Amino acid sequence: MESVHDFIKKVKDGEIDIVEHTYRLIEECKEINKEHNYLNTISEEQALDSAREIKIQLKQNKDIKNKKLLGVAVSAKDAICVRDVETTAGSKILQNYKPLFDAFVIQRVKEEGGIIIGKTSQDEFGFGGFSVNVGKGFKIPKNPFDSERSCGGSSGGAAGLTQKLSNHIALGESTGGSIVEPASFCGVYGLCPTYGRVSRYGLIDFSNSMDKIGSIGKTIEDAALLMNVISGYDKKDSTSLNVKTDDYEKYLKKPIRGMKIGIIKEAFGQGVEREVEKNVCNGIEELEEEGAKAEEISLELPIKYGIATYYMIATSEASTNLAKFCGMRYGAVEKLEGSFNEYFTKVRSNNFGDEAKRRIILGTFARMAGYRDAFYLKAMKVRTLMINEYKKAFKKFDALISPTASILPPRFEDIEKLTPLQHYMIDIMTVSPNVAGLPHLNVPVGFEKNLPIGMLLIADHLQEGKLIQLGSAVEHGK
Amino acid sequence: MEVDRKLLEHVAELARIKLNDDEIKKFLPQLKEALEFFSKLKEIDTDNVKPSFQPVELKNAMREDNEEKCLSQDDSLSLTEHKKDGYFRGPKAI
Repeated sequence: MESVHDFIKKVKDGEIDIVEHTYRLIEECKEINKEHNYLNTISEEQALDSAREIKIQLKQNKDIKNKKLLGVAVSAKDAICVRDVETTAGSKILQNYKPLFDAFVIQRVKEEGGIIIGKTSQDEFGFGGFSVNVGKGFKIPKNPFDSERSCGGSSGGAAGLTQKLSNHIALGESTGGSIVEPASFCGVYGLCPTYGRVSRYGLIDFSNSMDKIGSIGKTIEDAALLMNVISGYDKKDSTSLNVKTDDYEKYLKKPIRGMKIGIIKEAFGQGVEREVEKNVCNGIEELEEEGAKAEEISLELPIKYGIATYYMIATSEASTNLAKFCGMRYGAVEKLEGSFNEYFTKVRSNNFGDEAKRRIILGTFARMAGYRDAFYLKAMKVRTLMINEYKKAFKKFDALISPTASILPPRFEDIEKLTPLQHYMIDIMTVSPNVAGLPHLNVPVGFEKNLPIGMLLIADHLQEGKLIQLGSAVEHGK
Repeated sequence: MEVDRKLLEHVAELARIKLNDDEIKKFLPQLKEALEFFSKLKEIDTDNVKPSFQPVELKNAMREDNEEKCLSQDDSLSLTEHKKDGYFRGPKAI
C-alpha cells in the first residue's frame, strides 16, 4: 500500500499541485461525510490557505523541502484545539468554541508542513467505545465497511476517515483504548504512545492521568511518521516527559528475529469471537515466521480488574475536569438568570449528553466523602499493582499481545440493547495498558465477513519503537 | 451501600446537574449495576500499596515566577456574549 512518503516526494518534486490536490481532497471529505459523518468540521478555508502558502514557499524557499509532512492532510480529533476552527470534543456544551491557540501537536504538524483539514467526530469528550455517545445534535460516524455498524470509538471519525481517505494521517486521542479500538474496527494502524510522550497542551481533557494523543495511519509508516512529528517534551504540559525522543521510523522493517512476545492467556478463549481469535493467531504466526519467539503469559489483574480500575479513575478525573464547563467565558451559554449555582446547573443539564451526565455522577460519587477510599483511592492502588505486573512481564518480553477488540464491529441495533456497564466491558482488552500508561498499537491482521480484525501489541514505557518494529513485520509479511 | 433516588439526586446536585424524572428512572439501575461491578476491586489486597496518581513517575514541573505574555483582554472576552465593560458577566453571586 502506498504510504504518504511517496506523496510527499511528489509534492517536493513538483509533480503535484498542492492547492489543486487539497481542493479535491476537501471535496472528497465532503462526499465521504454525507454517508459516514467522520468530520464534525471541515476547515476548508484554513486548509486551502495552508496549501497556497506551501505552493508559494516551494517556489521561493528550498528549505521547505525538509519538512516531514509537506502537503500531507492531517485531521484532528475534535478534542484537540485548532486555532480559529470550531473545537467541541463532540459536546454541545462547546459548540461554537473556536480556540485562540493551537494545541502543541497542531503547532508541530503545521511547522512540518502538514495541512489541517478538519475535526473528526467522536463520543462526547471520549466517553464511549462505539462513537454512538456523541453529544446532543452531533451525527454518529459509520463503519467504512458497513454503514449499519460502528466504526469504534472514541476516535471513530479519525479511524474511519483514515480508511476512506488517501494521503491523510489522523491525530487521535486515547484514554482507555480510543485509538486502537476504532483503528481495529476500521482496519488501520493506531499508535497510542506512552503517557507523557506527546504533550497534552491544547487537548480538551477527559481523564488527565490517562489522556494521550497518538497517530492513526493507513500504513505503519504513516503512523510512525506522524508520531515522530508530535512526540517530545513540552514545558507547557507539566506531565510531559523530559526524555530524549526516539526516531520511530528507524524501526520500520527492522528484523524482529529473536524478539520475545507474550501472548496474554486471559485475553483468548471465553468471550472472544472465534473469527477474531483465529485472525489474531494468524498474526502471531506471522511474527513467529519472521523469527519472533512467542510464549503464553498469565496476566490476571489487567483482564479481570482492568474495567473496574479504569472506570473508577476515568470517571473520577472526568468529573473534576468537566467542572469547568459552566457557561462562562466560552462554550454554550444560557440566559443569565438565577443564582450562579442555578445558572451553572441549567447550562450543564441542558448541554451535556446522557453518558457525560452518567460519568460525571459516577466520578463525583467515587470521590465523595465516605466512598473515596473504597473507590477512587482503591483504584489508584490497584493501578500500582497492575503496573508492577506489567513491568514484571516486560523483564521477559519485548511486547504483549491480545486481540484489540474481542468482537467484530457490532451493529448499531445491537449496541442499543447494551446497558452502560455492558458497553464499558467492550474495552476489556484496551483499558489496562491505558491505566498503566503503556504504549500500544493496533495492527490489522485480517478480514472476516468483510469486516476488519486487529491485533493489540503492548510494550513497556517509551518502547514505541518495538511496537513499530513488530507491526511493520506483520505488514511486510503480507 | 444503598444507591437510591435520594443519593443519586444528592450526587447530581454536587455535580451541578439537575436530573428530570425520566433521567432518574433510566440512570438509577444503570449506576447501581456499574457501582456494584466496580465494588469488586475490594477483592484485591492493597494493604501497604501506594496509590499511583500518574502511570509514570513525574517530578513537579516548576518555572520561574516571571511575567509572561498572555491573551489580551479583547481576545479573552471574544468567546462569550456575556460580557460588560471589559469584564465577563456572570450570574448573581449574592
